[in-house]
Amino acid sequence: MGFLKKITQLFSARPAIRQLPFGSVAIDRNGQIVTSTVSSAYPPELLREIGRDVLAIFREAREAQMPLAEVSLHFASLRITARELRGGALIFLFPQTGLSPLPN
Amino acid sequence: MEIKHKILVLDDDADWLALSREIFSQLPSKPEVRTASSGARALAMMENEQFRLLICDLKMPRMDGLQVLSIVRRRFPELRTIVLSGLEDEEFRSRAYALGVDLFWLKLDMQRNTKMFLDCLESLLGRDAEGGFRGIQSKSLMDIIQMECLSRSSTVLRITRGPLVAKMWIQNGELIDAEVEGARGEAAFRRIFAWKSGTFENLPPEPGRERTITKPVNALLLESAQATDEHENPSATPESLEDAGHRKMVWKLALLTREGADFVVAVPAEGRGEPEALGTQATEPLSAWTRRTAEIARKLGDKIEAGPLSHVAGHNLEKQLLLLPRANKSVLVGWPPTAAAGQLLEQSKKLVASWDS
Repeated sequence: MGFLKKITQLFSARPAIRQLPFGSVAIDRNGQIVTSTVSSAYPPELLREIGRDVLAIFREAREAQMPLAEVSLHFASLRITARELRGGALIFLFPQTGLSPLPN
Repeated sequence: MEIKHKILVLDDDADWLALSREIFSQLPSKPEVRTASSGARALAMMENEQFRLLICDLKMPRMDGLQVLSIVRRRFPELRTIVLSGLEDEEFRSRAYALGVDLFWLKLDMQRNTKMFLDCLESLLGRDAEGGFRGIQSKSLMDIIQMECLSRSSTVLRITRGPLVAKMWIQNGELIDAEVEGARGEAAFRRIFAWKSGTFENLPPEPGRERTITKPVNALLLESAQATDEHENPSATPESLEDAGHRKMVWKLALLTREGADFVVAVPAEGRGEPEALGTQATEPLSAWTRRTAEIARKLGDKIEAGPLSHVAGHNLEKQLLLLPRANKSVLVGWPPTAAAGQLLEQSKKLVASWDS
């Protein structure tokens, strides 16, 4: 019993492994999520964070006289592709792991 | 008394070992040829006997050739090493050269050009007696070129620095041509000479190569070394510095045009200098966007645990952009909308590597 308790404690002490987001998110010009196909297990706050950052990149590109229609952030394990949508954005999230489905 | 060198051949193929023993023992210096069929056995033999040369396969069970070579490099730094592999893969070739091997040959090429291979082998065995050396990692490009020319050899030196590949053609000890990134002749030689690091390998000679360099190699080496010194020495006169700066700018513009890019903006990390731009007037807004986007993306990557940021791509109807974020300098490259999107990353990396060289 004591042994099982130790094991349980060990696992609960470790930070949870979070799955990478996969799917698409539509955000409005205020950074609010309009629709999403990303698993509801993924923290909505992080999705909003992604949305806000993408909008900031689009906004700063406009300020630099270089408005962008699409931007892709390539990380080692995730690709975020965002299309500008009347001040908001349509964001596609593709995990870049061997087991993930490949994007078209 | 004539020294009889020992060669150790390591391969998991018994037939190949028998063939190697037969071929290598016929070398003019009549070396003693020993064989091992596993990495562990070869290392044990090297502990007990002194070998002059190790000829090693790459693909072997349990301990592969690269593992053996990395141990050999540490334990027996004096041992000459040759990789003789059936794997036609540039990555293995680069990794083997990075481990300091003296030669990398494909088994198929060795069978086709047995005489040339045996000449190389004999030369490697003999260099010790002549007081020569061939430590790849510790020698500069100048040493390597001088060595090839002094030994009156005919070869093609293939030099790799990141995504950049250069070639130098040496015919009977004379440098006859050089090529890098579309440049040829002396201009290419000077550009290659400025490279501080990289890997190189010897390819079979190309006797039919057109000669574009007529200057003696020593004169060329001296001129290039002087040019490099002047470039690195800030005590030069203001006029010569201005000239050098102008030449550099013209060269970078030519590079931009040749690669087909619209503009490049190089943005050093905060407080480490001014942004540098070519092909655009909008240096300030573009560098601000580059810096800010790299910062936003890095922070986002950390927060969502997506790993390090590789690059950022973007486009509109008029432009395609590629941002390569680096710790000390981020670079934004602008491409026309017609450029093939799938190749922009590699092309941009290549452009940036040339730009920095």
